Amino acid sequence: MRYAMAVDTRKCVGCSDCVVACQTENNVPIGYCRDWVVEVTDGTYPQLEMEIRSERCNHCANAPCVRCCPTGASHIVEGGIVLVDSTQCIGCGACIASCPYDARFPHPKGYVDKCTFCEHRIKNGMSPSCVEVCPTKCLYFGDLDDPSSNASVVLKKRKYKTLIPEAGTDPQLYFLI
Amino acid sequence: MANRREFIKISLYGAGFLAAGTGTYKVIKALSKREKEEITKLAIDLKRTPTYCEVCFWKCAGWVYKTPEGKIWKITGNDEDQHCNGRFCPRGTGGIGMYYDEDRLKTPLIRTEERGKQVFREATWDEALDHIASKIKEISSKYGPESLALFTHGSGSAYFTSLFKAIGTDSIAEPSYAQCRGPRDEAFFATFGEEAYSPEITDIRDTKCLVLIGSHIGENMHNGQVQEMSDAIDKGTTIITVDPRFSTAAGKSKYWLPIKPATDMALLLAWIHEIIYNEYFDKKYVEKYCTGFDQLKAHVKDFTPEWAYGITTIKPDLIRKTAKEMADASPAVLVHPGRHVTWYGDDTQRVRAIAILNALLGSWGRRGGFYRPARFTPASPEIPAYKVPSKSWTDLFPGKFPVATSPISNALIDASIPENNPGFPIKGWFINGTNLIQTIPDQGKTLKAIQNLDLLVAVDTMPMEITGWADVILPECTYLERYDAMRASPHRKPALALRMPAAETAYNTKPDYWIARELAVKLGLGSYFPFEKQEELLDWQLKKIGSSLEEMQRVGVKNFDREYDDLYIADDEDVTIFTDSGKIELYSAYFKQNGFDPLPKYIPHEEPSEGYYRLIYGRAPMHTFSRTSNNPNLTDLMDENTVWINPKVAKEWGITNNQLIWLKNQDEVISQFPIKARVTERIRWDSVYMVHGFGHAQKQMKRCFGKGASDTQLITKVLEDPIMGGTGMRGNFVTFILEKTETEVAS
Repeated sequence: MRYAMAVDTRKCVGCSDCVVACQTENNVPIGYCRDWVVEVTDGTYPQLEMEIRSERCNHCANAPCVRCCPTGASHIVEGGIVLVDSTQCIGCGACIASCPYDARFPHPKGYVDKCTFCEHRIKNGMSPSCVEVCPTKCLYFGDLDDPSSNASVVLKKRKYKTLIPEAGTDPQLYFLI
Repeated sequence: MANRREFIKISLYGAGFLAAGTGTYKVIKALSKREKEEITKLAIDLKRTPTYCEVCFWKCAGWVYKTPEGKIWKITGNDEDQHCNGRFCPRGTGGIGMYYDEDRLKTPLIRTEERGKQVFREATWDEALDHIASKIKEISSKYGPESLALFTHGSGSAYFTSLFKAIGTDSIAEPSYAQCRGPRDEAFFATFGEEAYSPEITDIRDTKCLVLIGSHIGENMHNGQVQEMSDAIDKGTTIITVDPRFSTAAGKSKYWLPIKPATDMALLLAWIHEIIYNEYFDKKYVEKYCTGFDQLKAHVKDFTPEWAYGITTIKPDLIRKTAKEMADASPAVLVHPGRHVTWYGDDTQRVRAIAILNALLGSWGRRGGFYRPARFTPASPEIPAYKVPSKSWTDLFPGKFPVATSPISNALIDASIPENNPGFPIKGWFINGTNLIQTIPDQGKTLKAIQNLDLLVAVDTMPMEITGWADVILPECTYLERYDAMRASPHRKPALALRMPAAETAYNTKPDYWIARELAVKLGLGSYFPFEKQEELLDWQLKKIGSSLEEMQRVGVKNFDREYDDLYIADDEDVTIFTDSGKIELYSAYFKQNGFDPLPKYIPHEEPSEGYYRLIYGRAPMHTFSRTSNNPNLTDLMDENTVWINPKVAKEWGITNNQLIWLKNQDEVISQFPIKARVTERIRWDSVYMVHGFGHAQKQMKRCFGKGASDTQLITKVLEDPIMGGTGMRGNFVTFILEKTETEVAS
């Protein structure tokens, strides 16, 4: 099993609903977020292009954050989901420094926090809350080992890219272009 | 045409709509599979209650989930709801912050010093309402009940409207008319005999070509439309966006027309010219349903793409190509009517041009254009007839705005200033759910009007600027703490949605229904509110259709089958069109009768002088204007606005990204707070752009006080629409102040 997410940059309007839905679903304290929106504009008026991306932890197959964690708090569970065990985390921040995507943050309770792909929901057969809420339906989630999953189907159909592939982390967040 | 206003009201509930309370409608579906799963899987001791959202007017129906401790956990969409299809927008998801905002109004307050100083004392509800009742009686006996005006917005409007009609006034204004959608409604009434409704009856779902004139779907988070536009992008639908700003929608469009601001009319006329003179129009449709084609054809003869190029800066071949795209998609083409259309003062005429374009393309009443709405109207209890006011809002300024079908908020404000010589004076304002200071342009005038009032009451959840000017502040509870009238908006299918309390009422706040009824009782008008509690009325209404409050609490939304299979006009169908001629009026005899151009004309608008830039404003997807600017969840997503400046302009001024600057308008008004510059290619060099609703001057709203700048403060010049009284707000120009001098800081 290999969970992944595809983000359709052509449909995303950057409304940040994914951010607030994640915050309420996962009780992320106000002032912090596990996912966020990036807008990139290229060109000179009026020859312009814009890409909008909803970003989060890439749940890398080769995750530097897991490798550098001194306590084993950062770990990988079934489906390749990268998680932090808050009881084992000492908040040293090594993982934060090692993440090329800046996907982790120090939770005010003293541990490091990040996107879990809503593991508590997917193990019950539901989608991550960001996927479920997105008004533009630009987020596709699923198991890449299952060719019929939403993520597999859309990645087969569309061109995509990953972010900072040169970091060699094998990210599992795909951006449809 | 004396009865036109009444006629339109009747036509809204006439043919095409379902009659009330016949009890035979089949419920299409109750609980969806996903929702059932969600309940069984997540439930520990979890409770969820239905609501429909009050963060904006779209009113999506959803579920409020609570933790076992009873704290609100999250709000999600109801799968059965046509407004949201199970997906709330960021504002709806963050609606939770309206409840938990610690800056909320907490108890009734009565002013103890003169207006302008915010000195209040806490009062009981009884005391506050007694005070208001006695003032209302005093004004009624001294000036007549028509001297009381209601300014209202949102779900509470129904109850306060009822109350004020019972008191004997029809000066009941929603700023959403004259400050927003009014020109569109009148243009559509004049052309099609019907408005564009709310939610709009735009069939984006099935369109092959979507044309947006300054409409920034995706930044305006009008949920159903954003969803349908996203589906349209998926399907490869042609999108044409006309905007001086590279909006989010422009970024997703096949064609972006970076038009020179204030020249949209020229583009629309050139498109009409192209569509007529290339015989692109839907001939059968125009012949059967439209009138005035020959006059229109003659009128647009000279409005060629070359003519429009000189005005709009849009190249003729692009005008031609986009006209052809529309024609190729016809009738599944939608030239979107927009929503906030009060721009330049000729707005009714501009939207008339949009309506005409749609008519020529045959999109009104057709799949992929405008569908025909259906609505379920719940039964109304018997109440005494409302007194006919001896003087009406139309007598305030006789002869002005003859086409307006709703009271005009800014005209009521004008009538509160004696030197404007109104037909009768407005002496009392009751304001519900609208922050007039940030809503109505020309703040100086609003403040002057306030000084002439004998009573100003503000009902709100938050200490907005307007509450600071009130004599009595009534804190209403949020939508998460109350029942309200069922949502029964028109849509593809008739539907009802329930709102019920999800949480304990916080502080000493009350629902609008309770406030309106208590006040009615104190005024001896209790018979207009025969049910003591909202929920009793709801149960009575639902039992009339074989349902009950208990059932609605479980399902939240009920969709009904349409009475007839008439979502679109069938081929060659004879349909009733509610205009005078019974036809779609390309040429408006009604406008002509009232002294207005029967066909839209291009009028050049004032341009910015050297060193000044046109002030354009809009929405951000995570805020509903000033209503949400202190919401803790939503300020976390965006806590201030920025002013967008083209890099060429920024370079000339030496302005860098994130630099704090002040804006000064043509009338020397300087923004009260500095605003961060956003240097971006996404805006034309002759304009600047900012999101509306920031720059709050009310200290009690701690999160948003002084964050960003208020565009309303800078909109001192109002371009009044002579047809319906709309306040055009895009004729203001600003320049930059990089450092404030001492005197400027002091002022």
